[in-house]
Amino acid sequence: MNAVADRPLGDYARLQAALPGQGLPWLERWRAEALAAFAASGYPTLRDEDWKYTSVAAIENAVFDLLPPAGAAPAEVSAKLGAAIEALALPGACLMVFVDGRYAPALSRLDALPAGVTVASLAETLARAPERLQAWLGRRQFHASPLAGFAALNAAGFADGAYVHVDQGVTLAAPLQLLFVASAEKLATHSRNLIVAEAGSRLDLIEQHAARGAAGYLSNVVSDLAVGPGAAIAHYKLQEEGARAFHVAAVNAELQQGSRFASASFAFGAALARTDIAVALAAENAECTLDGLYLADGRQHIDHHTRIDHLVPRGTSREFYKGVLAGAGRAVFNGKVVIHEDAQHSDAAQSNRNLLLSPLAEVDTKPQLEIWADDVKCSHGATVGQLDPEQIFYLRSRGLAAAAAQTLLTWAFAAEMVERVPLAALRERLDRLLRARLPQSGETLEVWP
Amino acid sequence: MGKPAVRLDELIDQDYRQGFSTMLETDTVPRGLGEDVIRLISAKKNEPEFMLDWRLRAYRHWLTMREPQWSTVRHPPIDYQDISYYSAPKSRGDGPRSLADVDPELLRTYEKLGVPLQERELLAGVAVDAVFDSVSVATTFKDKLAGLGIIFCSFSEAVQEHPELVRQYLGSVVPYSDNYFATLNSAVFSDGSFCYIPPGVRCPMELSTYFRINARNTGQFERTLIIADRGAYVSYLEGCTAPMRDENQLHAAVVELIALDDAQIKYATVQNWYPGDKDGKGGIYNFVTKRGDCRGANSRISWTQVETGSAITWKYPSVILQGDNAVGEFHSVALTNHYQQADTGTKMIHLGRNTKSTIISKGISAGHGHNAYRGLVRVAKSAEGARNYTQCDSLLLGDRCAAHTFPYIEVKNPTARVEHEASTSRIGEDQLFYCQSRGIAAEEAVAMIVNGFCKEVFKELPMEFAVEAQKLLGVSLEGSIA
Repeated sequence: MNAVADRPLGDYARLQAALPGQGLPWLERWRAEALAAFAASGYPTLRDEDWKYTSVAAIENAVFDLLPPAGAAPAEVSAKLGAAIEALALPGACLMVFVDGRYAPALSRLDALPAGVTVASLAETLARAPERLQAWLGRRQFHASPLAGFAALNAAGFADGAYVHVDQGVTLAAPLQLLFVASAEKLATHSRNLIVAEAGSRLDLIEQHAARGAAGYLSNVVSDLAVGPGAAIAHYKLQEEGARAFHVAAVNAELQQGSRFASASFAFGAALARTDIAVALAAENAECTLDGLYLADGRQHIDHHTRIDHLVPRGTSREFYKGVLAGAGRAVFNGKVVIHEDAQHSDAAQSNRNLLLSPLAEVDTKPQLEIWADDVKCSHGATVGQLDPEQIFYLRSRGLAAAAAQTLLTWAFAAEMVERVPLAALRERLDRLLRARLPQSGETLEVWP
Repeated sequence: MGKPAVRLDELIDQDYRQGFSTMLETDTVPRGLGEDVIRLISAKKNEPEFMLDWRLRAYRHWLTMREPQWSTVRHPPIDYQDISYYSAPKSRGDGPRSLADVDPELLRTYEKLGVPLQERELLAGVAVDAVFDSVSVATTFKDKLAGLGIIFCSFSEAVQEHPELVRQYLGSVVPYSDNYFATLNSAVFSDGSFCYIPPGVRCPMELSTYFRINARNTGQFERTLIIADRGAYVSYLEGCTAPMRDENQLHAAVVELIALDDAQIKYATVQNWYPGDKDGKGGIYNFVTKRGDCRGANSRISWTQVETGSAITWKYPSVILQGDNAVGEFHSVALTNHYQQADTGTKMIHLGRNTKSTIISKGISAGHGHNAYRGLVRVAKSAEGARNYTQCDSLLLGDRCAAHTFPYIEVKNPTARVEHEASTSRIGEDQLFYCQSRGIAAEEAVAMIVNGFCKEVFKELPMEFAVEAQKLLGVSLEGSIA
């Protein structure tokens, strides 16, 4: 336990009184346990295998506020922020907005929800119907790794988040957008989402993180998803945090019999971003797809760690991540697939492709297989390379400038991941974002398809 | 395939054929480790001052280190004080001057192992340095090689005869502080092979070292140093066996290869240390550090290994690609059966421009065997135009075995092209069925499929070794698909 980690610890202990769920013994116990766990673990360091390539010293050394500035109740948001949120809202989606980690009902649009669907603030639910959460919050099964580091800080300090419960057999036709907007400087927010999809239900979820005017903040978010038998959840994570922000996220999904989970992580923003995605195939015939696209430019550092646990026979997993590295951008990808003992007939495939565009960019990738059964089909692949000079030559022979050719090919490389998104409105939004964020964009817009 | 499996089980439980031990009078230092033991080893070998200093520096550094925990191998703690660090067959007089002086019992041992020390009986063109427990007992074809300026001798002899070369190159690839086991080796290593190929010389025969652990409660710590000067070429083979014993024995070797401009070194290993019995009792703990340094431009180092023995294999033959256009290769077959554990792979460190590396790794797990590929491909900022291709495949035979893949890829140069692919699967039932429908018995079909799986690696081995390797695999594997 080092001196630097002492500081947040004291702060978090004091914070407890301001957090939701006061007087719930099970929650208080869990929060205390998490605080103790953080006291023991501290922030992860480069000596931890899972953090070998990502230093969080900048987070450790930063001083964050733990509560939003007094008086700025999230409901009374400025007109400017309202307009920004309007621009971020996805057409046709149900919308749940969180400003600086607190639910903003005035900005949310939840009237189109069908019967059998509960979408509420986690803090509110803790106040009104805590029994609905007790069975889920703090369950160990959701956590592939022990409670430590950022996950422990989140458990100890989460103030709000979304609680979504979809009844058996219910399908949400419109996607549900959870929009987290940061507006306060230097604020650390710990948000927690709990999504429960009962048997046979269907849900498309968009978890989006954006900033309006804020810098130097930390957004530490955990999303737990329980996918019931035969249910299907699609989870799109869209990270476009501010350029000087820290983003740490965990997505934990547990899949029951015959269920499907599709995750897509688009990481474009933040100075330092780390996303952990852990999927447990806990019953037979479950299926998951993990897609991802990361763009790192300037001095951005974007890290994805995924872990898929095939716990029982007949699970299928597919993983496909792509990255574009420009400027002095750096990306880390670690994809771990664990086939547990007796998880026969597991089928796992994984691929990670990286495009390096600049002499200062860097990528560290580690696709990893751990197999404890024999009747399995597993493969993984990773590549690091650059644009094909022949393709550039071809485009130039057709009259494109070198920069335009490069941008077009880069876009084509990255757009493959966008095209895999089935929701048209989201796909369009992503494509626009991608174009805006591509290195050397602007000058070559006219040649784009 | 219930029926043939019974027979196959019998086949697989076959005894380790190299498991006999030789009754010899030996000169063995008492168990335990300390500066006095190191001084004693150094004195026994009549080493110059610089060697003793180096050993003591290593030992003092070792005392500050802890055993690495990051690999997948698990074993009860090793008591380093319970090992004897030096054992040598008692020699008559000052030690063997020629084969005629070597204890006939020893010669018979090597004959039994199929390692011919009698020069006239040799397969054409293989010069052998035989290392028995801690010391080199015989080196063949020395005179013929000396005519070309090639130095091929035991490490101890090199220290006496060519101290300037030893001093220049020892520890220049694997420094004494490198890692726990290499540091221990640096402190206590007793012998090994030394080879220097002068500029422009193409070594006309395969050079070979045969390592044999015989004495009980000893550890074997040998050190091999091979230097290929400008434009030189050498192909080197290494084989290893040990008697069957219930207790585990430690083997911590270091191999350093140095290739200067335009030089090429091919290093092949067939490792068949005693793997322990079918319940995981006994066997060699094989913690080995092997590293090659492509120091010169256009140099080339290739590692080929067939790892079928040892209770634990922990080795990562690596290449540092310093010179421009240097090429590094790693071809590996690692087999784990019963309770064997292997954590093996390679590191390719690209520093020079247009450096290329290829990694082909084939892991086979059967029984309760654990097999892990652990590899690093690092492309430094300076490695303009670097290229790597990695393929690591695992074959699973039995529902209690395990196969892991830990490939680390670190790229800091945008002109690099790095590809990695890996697959893991069970032996194909359709392939087996096809073979059987053509009248090929199950066990033969398995051997055939496994050999096909390993073909890319075997073709890198010199012919005699390839045959030996195929046979080894055949014995160790058949039947594990029951």
